[in-house]
Amino acid sequence: MELASLLQYLISGLTNGAIYALVALGFVIIYHATTIINFAQGEMVMLGAMCAISIYQVYPSLPVAFLGGVALVTLVGILFERLALRPVKDPSAIVLIIITVGGGVFFKGVAMLLWGKEAYSFPSFSGETPFHLGGATLLPQNLWVLGLTAVVLLALEAFFRLTLVGKAMRACAYNPRAARLVGISQGRMVQLSFALSAGLGAAAGILIAPLTLGVYDMGTMVGLKGFCAAILGGLSSSFGGVLGGLILGVAESLATGLISSGYRDAVAFFILLVVLFLRPQGLIKGGS
Amino acid sequence: MNLSRLFNPWVIFGATVLLLAGVVDNDYYLTLINFIGIHALLVVGLNLLLGYAGQISLGHAAFFGLGAYTSGILTATCGVNPWLALLAGLVICGITAVLIGVPALKLRGYYLAMATLGFGIIVYIFLNEAQGLTGGPSGLAGIPALSIFGFKLDTPKRLYLLIWPVLGGILALSANLVDSRTGRALRALHEGEAAAESLGVNTARLKLMIFVWSALYASLAGSFYAHTLNFIAPASFGFMFSIKLVTMVVLGGMASIWGSLLGAAVLTVLPEILTMFHDYEVIIFGAILMVVMIFLPRGLVRGIMDLWEFRRYKKEGGTIA
Repeated sequence: MELASLLQYLISGLTNGAIYALVALGFVIIYHATTIINFAQGEMVMLGAMCAISIYQVYPSLPVAFLGGVALVTLVGILFERLALRPVKDPSAIVLIIITVGGGVFFKGVAMLLWGKEAYSFPSFSGETPFHLGGATLLPQNLWVLGLTAVVLLALEAFFRLTLVGKAMRACAYNPRAARLVGISQGRMVQLSFALSAGLGAAAGILIAPLTLGVYDMGTMVGLKGFCAAILGGLSSSFGGVLGGLILGVAESLATGLISSGYRDAVAFFILLVVLFLRPQGLIKGGS
Repeated sequence: MNLSRLFNPWVIFGATVLLLAGVVDNDYYLTLINFIGIHALLVVGLNLLLGYAGQISLGHAAFFGLGAYTSGILTATCGVNPWLALLAGLVICGITAVLIGVPALKLRGYYLAMATLGFGIIVYIFLNEAQGLTGGPSGLAGIPALSIFGFKLDTPKRLYLLIWPVLGGILALSANLVDSRTGRALRALHEGEAAAESLGVNTARLKLMIFVWSALYASLAGSFYAHTLNFIAPASFGFMFSIKLVTMVVLGGMASIWGSLLGAAVLTVLPEILTMFHDYEVIIFGAILMVVMIFLPRGLVRGIMDLWEFRRYKKEGGTIA
């Protein structure tokens, strides 16, 4: 393959990878606080994109649509935890899997009713004029995705390291009982983790919407790939999740170019199976 | 003869099957009943895995699809005898289940759910993309009817007389399995893997056995499906169908053979009688999964029976410790 097209695949791979990374972080945050895998995480991506699109139709301002979308979906995340997961009396893995899978399917169905089956476009954050880079084209939106993902990651890291609430969340993940002893409310931290990861998912959805359009069923695949990224990174490390996302995005993009575009989605799941079967603790062991 | 023996569920099942064969003469209803039977085959198998062994599969539609496509391709494209094709489907599904099951069943909970989900999606993509073999997204047509000794099973009534007795046999086989030593080992496994192992249960082998078993049921159902519709397309074997099967298990009740039949019947008939159901189908499945699991984790039927018992108990002045 010539260098220019390789570069092109790398750009689109990294862009998708950044989105997977954001979704993966959502999985990691909830897993940390609750050891639950939230199968509805992908639908938050979809809801984020769709809400932002609807807000933009009413009030065409990008920052308002972005923040509004994130806020709405964060609220959905909180409600989901409060109404569907908190009341469970017997929180075994199977029960929680079925509930979160059911939640995901439910959100998708509601979105289909609200927005129908057509795809909606969302404007790029700053124009469509492409840059040229060694024969490959780079859209401004690619840079927005990569840049904003980096900003979100840094902000998140700062939140967990520097703020009291962030430290409390980490304490809860590290040892729930000890955390309770020093007066940290675990229920509140669980709620916060659902809010955070829903917001992250929504941000991912709004970032990618200008490139892929917003459709009611865009969430499932992105969610599963985000999980795949989280597994690649070992599920308990945010750094690992981000790295997993980028690796997955690039691998998928290269496979599209080298093998065939039809099998693009299969690549991610093939990697998922191989990792699960051979190295379920992830590529990067331990660390947090 | 003791009269209460007449209320044995097997007697009721047999009598109902015979009665329906005599009474129902409408092809539409018979086809619907046949689909209930096919779905029940799938749900009983999944329930063995999910309800009894406590192992989740979110990719069960894949085995259904493999069975259907093996039957479809071998008969429509290669002209093989349908019964041999059905057998080939069972062999292929069995081998696939072993290959996937050995590594996957070492995983627990969420990881197993994701592995089976990933497997299901890979099979779905394959069915769509391998156009030379499967006909791709537009499907595979011209699948011939099954026949027994030259007697063609080409009407819904004749298929009914094949599917439902086979289902009866499968239900009996499953009930037997559940009541046997294996069944007790399964329940021990569900309660706790370490505890079961300390009692001498080879949990790895047991899990694999049930996984393969349920895959074989799904393959059989797939072959019947292919010969019932004479046409198959990948859309019937996607992620949503796997979810639909889990919903049927959950609605009928985990670890309940008869519940599986009920769950399959309700969720096969509902979309037919409620025309508005189609738009809301996805929402309804999601809601059923969440609500039943939150409030009645043992399934709708068992849950309602429990609630009823509880009320009667309270009426009689009992207290709950």
